[in-house]
Order: sequence, then C-alpha cells, then structure tokens
Amino acid sequence: MIAQSFQYESPGTLAEAIALLNQYGDEAKVLSGGHSLIPMMKLRFASPGYLIDINGIPGLSDIKEESGVVRIGALAREADLEHSALLATHFPIFKDVTKLIADPQVRNMGTLGGNLAHGDAANDHPAVMIALRASVVITGAEGEREVPIDEFFYGFYMTAIQQGEILTEIRLPVPAAGSGNAYHKLERKVGDYATSGVAVQLTIGSDGIVTAAGIGLTNVNPVPLRASRSEEALIGKPLTEENILLAAQYASEDCNPSADLRGSEDYKRHVTGVLVKRMIKKAAERAMAS
Amino acid sequence: MNKTINITVNGTKHTLEVEPRLLLVHMIREVLNMTGTHIGCDTSSCGACTILLDGKSIKSCTVLAVQADGKSITTIEGLAPEGGPLHPLQEGFKENHGLHCGFCTPGMIMRCVELLEHNNNPTEEEIRWGISGNLCRCTGYNNIVKAVQWAGAKMRGEETPSTEPEFV
Repeated sequence: MIAQSFQYESPGTLAEAIALLNQYGDEAKVLSGGHSLIPMMKLRFASPGYLIDINGIPGLSDIKEESGVVRIGALAREADLEHSALLATHFPIFKDVTKLIADPQVRNMGTLGGNLAHGDAANDHPAVMIALRASVVITGAEGEREVPIDEFFYGFYMTAIQQGEILTEIRLPVPAAGSGNAYHKLERKVGDYATSGVAVQLTIGSDGIVTAAGIGLTNVNPVPLRASRSEEALIGKPLTEENILLAAQYASEDCNPSADLRGSEDYKRHVTGVLVKRMIKKAAERAMAS
Repeated sequence: MNKTINITVNGTKHTLEVEPRLLLVHMIREVLNMTGTHIGCDTSSCGACTILLDGKSIKSCTVLAVQADGKSITTIEGLAPEGGPLHPLQEGFKENHGLHCGFCTPGMIMRCVELLEHNNNPTEEEIRWGISGNLCRCTGYNNIVKAVQWAGAKMRGEETPSTEPEFV
C-alpha cells in the first residue's frame, strides 16, 4: 500500500519545526516514531500534505530526574523506556507497559510523545500517565506550556496540542515513599490493542491507609479514562479486600467500552473490573516492598 | 518533490533521488534490487521486512526511505561476505532446520542479530518474546528458538548444542 504524495521536511531545531507547522497549518503532521501515522497514511486514512520529521532535533529524548520530577523527552523510544534504569527505580510500571506495546521492532521506533499526541484511547501510555498524574509540556512559537494529563485528552484523536505546537516533554512527579505502580492489559495476541488495560499507582502510609491513588483505563472509553470513583473508594481508607472489590466494580460501571472483535461490552466491563482488582493488588505489593 | 538522500547499505554508500512517500522496504527491493528483504503483511505485523537501521531492528515497511538519510542499514545480504562464511545465525538456522519456506527467515534473522547483541545467551522465553514481532507460518518457532540458541553458543565461543532430534 502506498501513501498519497506529500512534501517532507526534516528541521534540525524545534524553532524551525514550529515555524514549518505554522506555515503549513492543518496540512502538516509531525512525524515522530511514525508507527501510528505511517500505517494510517499507507491505508490512506490520513493524507497530510506535509510531514515534519522531528527525529533530527537534538535534546528531545533524554530521561532525567530533577527536583522530584522525572522528565522524559517526547522522542524517548519505547525501547529506551523499557531499558531505563532510572525509570525502573520509581516506575516499574514502564517495564509492565512497554513489554505489552507492539513488539521489539516497533518499540525501537515508537516514541512516548507520539503515543500520547496521537490521541488514541487504544494506546497504552495515556492510562499510565493518568495513574502517575503526569503533565505534558507543549511547545509553540510563544514558548512552553505545561498541561496536566487530565486536561490533555479531548476526544477521538484530539488532544490539547494546537496547530503550530509540538509535545516536547512528559513530566512525572516522583511518588512519595510507600508508593507502587503497575500496568496490565488483556490482549488477544502479542502486539494487539487492549481488550482492556488498567494502570494503577498507590501510595500507602505506614499505618496502612491509602493516601493517594491513580487509576487509568485503556481502550474502554472514547477518551483515556480516569477511574475517579474507584480512586475515591480507596483514598483515606485501609486497603481492604472490600474496598478493592468496590473500586473494581466502580471502574467496570464507569467505563464505556464498545463491542468489537475483542469482545462484547459486558465482557470488556468484566475484564476491566478484574484488571483493576489485580493491578491494585500488584501496585500495593510494590508499595509495601518500596 | 523528490529528495536526495545518502544512505549506506551493507557498507556501500548510495546517493538516491526518491519521493518522500517511498517506503524503505521499496527502496531496498525495487530501487536497489535487493530482494532478500520481504514484504509479508504491509501492516507492520509480520516482521518479514525487518532490517537493521543504525544497528536497531526495525520494520522497513513502516519507515520512509527519507528517514534513513545519513544513516546506515544492514539487510540479510549484508550478514555474510560474498562467498564467505555464513553468519552464526544463518548457520544456526541451516543446521537446526529453522526454516521451511524461508519467507520469514531474513526478517527473523535480522531481528535476532540485535537480540543476540543485547544478550548473547538468551533463554527460550527471552527468544520467544524477542521474536514476538516476527510471524512464521511454517515452523511453529521451536527450531527457530534452537537456531538462535545454537548461534548464541557459537558466538560465545562455546560448543554448540547437538542438532540431533530429541526423542521424547
């Protein structure tokens, strides 16, 4: 399959890239890892007139920790996230999620920024970002702005990124001591999108009371979903089997899955509940061990 | 509007004028006439098109030729010198019957080049996860696992496992 013709630019600086995006307006798309965009272009589901390849811009793929915040450049590849020792210390959830994204070859190209900017609720990182209460940095001609993840996803393929802007960095607050995070998704086969996916981060005090909880759901809602009622069922209370089951039940009620080849609506609701329960327990285990 | 790109292929520098929409796999197969790299699904699933781009295994059906400008690629043709000794992976696939029709094999081998570079003594589980982006319709993967372990042993300078069939 062959994409429609387009013009290709590969700017060497962020300023150049932003200028090009402003010049070409809605005819232009950013090329990052390209493993969502290029398949769509080959199928002619997307035919941008201009592709702005940002892979040649230096300094956008670092992973570092500064003043209690882990900062990940938008061009960090999935493979980089998978093998990062820094991420493994605070966020073992990255090993969980990257292992379940596509396959090794795709992970050599796919980027965290692209995974989020594509705005697809079927992607795995949005739920992780929700659980970790991340914020994203969006850069335009006027400079940078930081957007909390809860204000980032608007709708189907729609995010807070405006024309002429590029997602450049993802910021994760380092969780307090006594925190654990985990992700799992049910998939029909390796490399598939989620039948349902759940990301959890918990902070548990030495008295056994849950002081913080973040729960994000993958591919069971038109937009990546925060399971707020589930979080509230846990926060300020001890982590009992009863509370965990309640959190699982709320998540399964509050999501809005579509029936498709991966399963019926009821099946996906059920799977969501099961995964919420399991990931709460796994995050709690990691919190106790931390 | 065409772009001029400079790309090193199996050690040889090429300067090519290409449309931006030309896929890397089409550049390799149709512009350079190197048909060892195969197109299986064209939807980024099967991995038959896997090559190395600056040492990393990627699916060349999902990368544009222009993205490889200034970079170096290695295809299956580049693993062994002309008439020279086979790469341990090629020998391993041969000795362990790691292929039937051979269609997935170039992509499978190129993926395993990177796999063994990261970990030259992989377990069966690590190999199976490592080749999860490469589909084989013929072998059932068992002999592919054996071939990769055999190649790993050879590359570590150790005695290679027996290629005799096991009787269970």
